[in-house]
Amino acid sequence: MAINWFKYSAPTTFYGLAGKMIPWFAFSAAILFAVGLYIGFFIAPMDAQQGEFYRIIFIHVPASMMSMFLYMVMAGYAALGLIFNTRLSAMMASAIAPTGALFTVVSLWTGALWGKPMWGTWWMWDARMTSELILLFLYLGFIALHASIDEPRRADRAAALLAIVGSVNVPIIYFSVKWWNTLHQGATIKFSGTSMHIAMQQAMFTMLAACWLYAIAVALARVRSIILERERNTVWIAELPEVKQ
Amino acid sequence: MKPRQKRFVFIAVALVGVALAVGLVLYALRGNVNLYFTPTQVFNNEVPKGRSFRIGGLVEEGSVKREKDGLTVNFVITDTHKSIPVVYKGILPDLFKEGKGVVAQGTVENGVMRAEEVLAKHDENYMPPEAADALKKAKAANTADAAAIPSNAPVVVPVAK
Repeated sequence: MAINWFKYSAPTTFYGLAGKMIPWFAFSAAILFAVGLYIGFFIAPMDAQQGEFYRIIFIHVPASMMSMFLYMVMAGYAALGLIFNTRLSAMMASAIAPTGALFTVVSLWTGALWGKPMWGTWWMWDARMTSELILLFLYLGFIALHASIDEPRRADRAAALLAIVGSVNVPIIYFSVKWWNTLHQGATIKFSGTSMHIAMQQAMFTMLAACWLYAIAVALARVRSIILERERNTVWIAELPEVKQ
Repeated sequence: MKPRQKRFVFIAVALVGVALAVGLVLYALRGNVNLYFTPTQVFNNEVPKGRSFRIGGLVEEGSVKREKDGLTVNFVITDTHKSIPVVYKGILPDLFKEGKGVVAQGTVENGVMRAEEVLAKHDENYMPPEAADALKKAKAANTADAAAIPSNAPVVVPVAK
């Protein structure tokens, strides 16, 4: 049976679908967070050089990866919205931005907390950290630009262009530790293999999966609010059971 | 062309243009984006004169010496080709160890760096202490083997001929 994907590109139908999917994503995210933290704190061994301090990677690494992934997803939706003029794509881009910004802040913050005892400094203007900070400004710029234009469709187009242009920064973050010498260490997880103990890997990838599910659940919840807000004058919204009462 | 295709081409061209511009800017800045100089670059006089700058490399094995005041530390930064001695007064970070990465900021006078700040640079390997221990033993065994081979080598080579 072929699923008609275009049916769900309309806010009307997607609103209901998202509502049904949120509990599943939220519930599995909660379980994976619990499992990941348990493996991270009780099963993964301590590190030979850093002792217990290294355990911050179980939140730092997934948060950093998500901050970059989510930006690409957001820019992708923004491009779809710009090219095909679909309302839902632009709404999805606006729904993802705050979660992406949150992950970027978590990444910078946990990195600073770890950097002070390990490197000896909270912050260093090296290529990796500076480009990650620019990513945060891009997220904030996207949110601010969208909020500063009153007409939603115009706001969508302007913010989409910013998101697409900013996507150039993501490969720079990823490759910064390769192209230049930095204080930040090189990549541990490479396509050619991972230089990390197996239990540490399990904890980190479980946390990464949990962050993915959390991001999806939160983005869907936020896009439902955006749909409600933007379509508040339509008949189908007025007839929703949760609006009627 | 449909308007949709036009918009697609517009976005693609804009993205390529921006990527090109950013690429050129980064290419122009390539030396300045690097966080530190290597000891070899210091010897080649590629570093700024009379200004504070950073040197990065490994702490040479067996080079760390503390002075009597308990705060001043002498060590040598090496990139395994050239080395620079460093004097630093202050608290060292936890990860500072012989044979590990380090970044020191300061000025170089008469071939010695007077550091104002010393930071440790971590590597990308994460392993439990037992595994690190096993690795160290294996490495020691390997160097012992390597040391044993040269004494046999002159005997082996004539036989092979």
